[in-house]
Amino acid sequence: MDLFSNLAIGFGVAFTAQNLLLCFTGCMIGTLVGVLPGVGPVATIAMLLPLTFGLDPTGALIMLAGIYYGAQYGGSTTAILVNIPGEATSVVTTLDGHQMARQGRAGAALGIAALGSFFAGCVATLFIAAMGQPLTRLAQLFGPAEYFSLMIMGLVFSTVLARGSIFKAGLMVLLGLMFATVGTDLETGQERMTLGIPRLSDGIDFAPLAMGIFGFAEIIRNLESPEARDVLHDRIGRLLPSWDDIRQSAPAVLRGTLIGGLLGILPGNGAVLGPFASYAMEKKLAKDPSRFGRGAIEGVAGPESANNAGAQTAFIPLLTLGIPPNAVMALMVGAMTIHGVIPGPQVMTKNPELFWGMIASMWIGNAMLVIINMPLVGIWVKLLKVPYRLLFPAILVFCCIGIYSINNSVEDLYFTAFFAVVGYVLIKLGYEPAPLLLGFVLGKLMEEKLRQSLILSRGSFATFIDRPISAGLLAVAAIMLIVALLPSINRKREVAFQD
Amino acid sequence: MKKTSMLAAAVAVSIAVPAFAQTYPTKPITMVVPFAAGGPTDIIARIVAEPMSRTLGRQIVIENVAGAGGTTGITRASVAAPDGYTIMMGHMGTHGAAPALYLKLKYDPARDFAPVGLAAETPIIIVASKTHPANDLKEFIAWARAEGDKANHAHAGVGSVSHSTGILLDSILGTRPTLIPYTGTGPALNDMMSGQVDYMTDQIVNLVSQINAGTIKAFAIATRVRSAALPGLPTTREAGLDNYEVSAWNAIFAPKGTPPEIVAVLNDALVKALDDPDARKRLDELGAVVPDATGRTPAALQKLVESEVARWKTVLTQATATAKP
Repeated sequence: MDLFSNLAIGFGVAFTAQNLLLCFTGCMIGTLVGVLPGVGPVATIAMLLPLTFGLDPTGALIMLAGIYYGAQYGGSTTAILVNIPGEATSVVTTLDGHQMARQGRAGAALGIAALGSFFAGCVATLFIAAMGQPLTRLAQLFGPAEYFSLMIMGLVFSTVLARGSIFKAGLMVLLGLMFATVGTDLETGQERMTLGIPRLSDGIDFAPLAMGIFGFAEIIRNLESPEARDVLHDRIGRLLPSWDDIRQSAPAVLRGTLIGGLLGILPGNGAVLGPFASYAMEKKLAKDPSRFGRGAIEGVAGPESANNAGAQTAFIPLLTLGIPPNAVMALMVGAMTIHGVIPGPQVMTKNPELFWGMIASMWIGNAMLVIINMPLVGIWVKLLKVPYRLLFPAILVFCCIGIYSINNSVEDLYFTAFFAVVGYVLIKLGYEPAPLLLGFVLGKLMEEKLRQSLILSRGSFATFIDRPISAGLLAVAAIMLIVALLPSINRKREVAFQD
Repeated sequence: MKKTSMLAAAVAVSIAVPAFAQTYPTKPITMVVPFAAGGPTDIIARIVAEPMSRTLGRQIVIENVAGAGGTTGITRASVAAPDGYTIMMGHMGTHGAAPALYLKLKYDPARDFAPVGLAAETPIIIVASKTHPANDLKEFIAWARAEGDKANHAHAGVGSVSHSTGILLDSILGTRPTLIPYTGTGPALNDMMSGQVDYMTDQIVNLVSQINAGTIKAFAIATRVRSAALPGLPTTREAGLDNYEVSAWNAIFAPKGTPPEIVAVLNDALVKALDDPDARKRLDELGAVVPDATGRTPAALQKLVESEVARWKTVLTQATATAKP
């Protein structure tokens, strides 16, 4: 069979001493980069790009890909331990992951995140190998109208993300959407709400917003109550998830892998929705949804699997279409081009060693990541024992270095400081930041796709209903919203949160 | 003729160099690339910077400062110390179209820089979706004129190369299609492959693999000669459209006030880089066109900038695409 002979080529390429070493190096760097708050894979790959000039293209790409998915693994560590989401996709992990850490179950959370990611990575790799080509065609059914409807569905998830009042969550989503409209207008090039600050003409960056509103605000809040600070490092608990944990998480991992993997195929950065969708699903399916937001292990396992599956399947549009779905993939395009492989539909037939070698190395990389990460769990958890007077300044410094490194811009640090104050005020008023980030992340794409579809339809909103996929997505969104807002269910919900 | 000018340049350099040869460069040089890593300008910068570093004996470090169509990075680099340790890779947008698009632009492309030299030009190609009814440029022009605003013209965002060159095409054809803005070539191409939008123009680098794979149709390349990367594609002139000749050029600039001796050292390194077989091969694969000896001088670049600023001012103001404050 074709698939097996192709995979054989791939493993032949990936299992050379040089490529194994490169894969390991990439995964190791990626893990470290992911753990350092702020330093994202984009900045790292950009910095390391010149180092790969001496390598052959396959080896170089194997290493760069390793950095990318290594960072996805590492990113969950920071989200769980210090409540700082390094990337949009780890926002959800902070919800229950950090709560688990506060309850002394950091080891279990980190362990399940690694295992779930490993499973998702393996499945997604097989998926790419077997289905990459046909799925590409499916992805092309998604035009602007479909993306817009998908984002609407995504926004409805926010009602599920909220730990407290749906009303407050809705307000935060709107605030997030509003933040997303800052910047240059897509169609006219006019600046909107930039207050004359040149740096804002491209909009607010995710990292300063997320670091400020989550990380820095959390630190300020921790500093004001000395007792609350001790919760974290007194009780470390067991380092690995128990069998019970694993049994409880297994279905979540399966579902997360499926959702994340499917959304990752979309060339319009659908992967970003994966963890949100998975979290929403787990909370809906759970017997006792009130556990969510208070350290439910499924709330870590599902989204983490979705995240990693999406991170891997995001290679499908890149490798089969030559369309990069996100900033990291755009950078991979550059890396491939510099190495003389111009990405596009022909990579698979013209450079089969590269294509299949990369896919095989993804599987190897995932295995390596578990081996790298499982022993590290112990070390990370011990980090929590570091006194806060040392830990906090260190986190702040690393965050600042990371934010600066993204765009070599000092202004980004001021923005982070500003959002830290915003975040602190929001926490004090009882508003949660996660729905805000969801609104922000989806906002830009949503506006872009809304306007594109309306220009294409010459202003007719019927386009969203005339197109079957779009109509289907909107229907799902409407049903979810009705269920969430039904008064009886709502009342039950309020009760659940008041105990 | 070529020989004499090169000789003259060599003499000029050899006269200028002694005083500075020992002193410049003594530390790594920063090259500001005003776009995200991985884009066409970044790729060209990296390909050229590598052999330049070898000639100069010091590393050229690429610093990506993206934003506002490249003007953020150029603004920052334009006020750097003019000591030769900060240079930048400008392009058609930042040093040509920007004054027409950004009324609050803080630099003047023709006055605030010490031009070092043109690095490469990447030709523009007119492409359309695979299902487009036209089979060649003539049919396409007839189609565009007949469709009027029913035609969907995609571009990669206001201020992008794809936007400016696309508007130039429409103004030459005298058509007013509906413009569909995207945030980059990738998403625009994706919607074109699935037939949601009809056509666009962009740099060859971004399109060559899709054209070769047959996922999109190419009508013509807007250069005087055909590209080695796509030998089967006629030039606009061959296909019957005389005045649409445009390319996204990338050139190295230093901040205004950089001593001419230093500029000469940098220009010499650039010229050597463009003749480096490996760099040349990579640029050829991208479809980028390396300038000939006369096009590599600082004076030639200054002339190019002036003519481009004037050209885009006319085209873009007419199209009222100006970003007002």
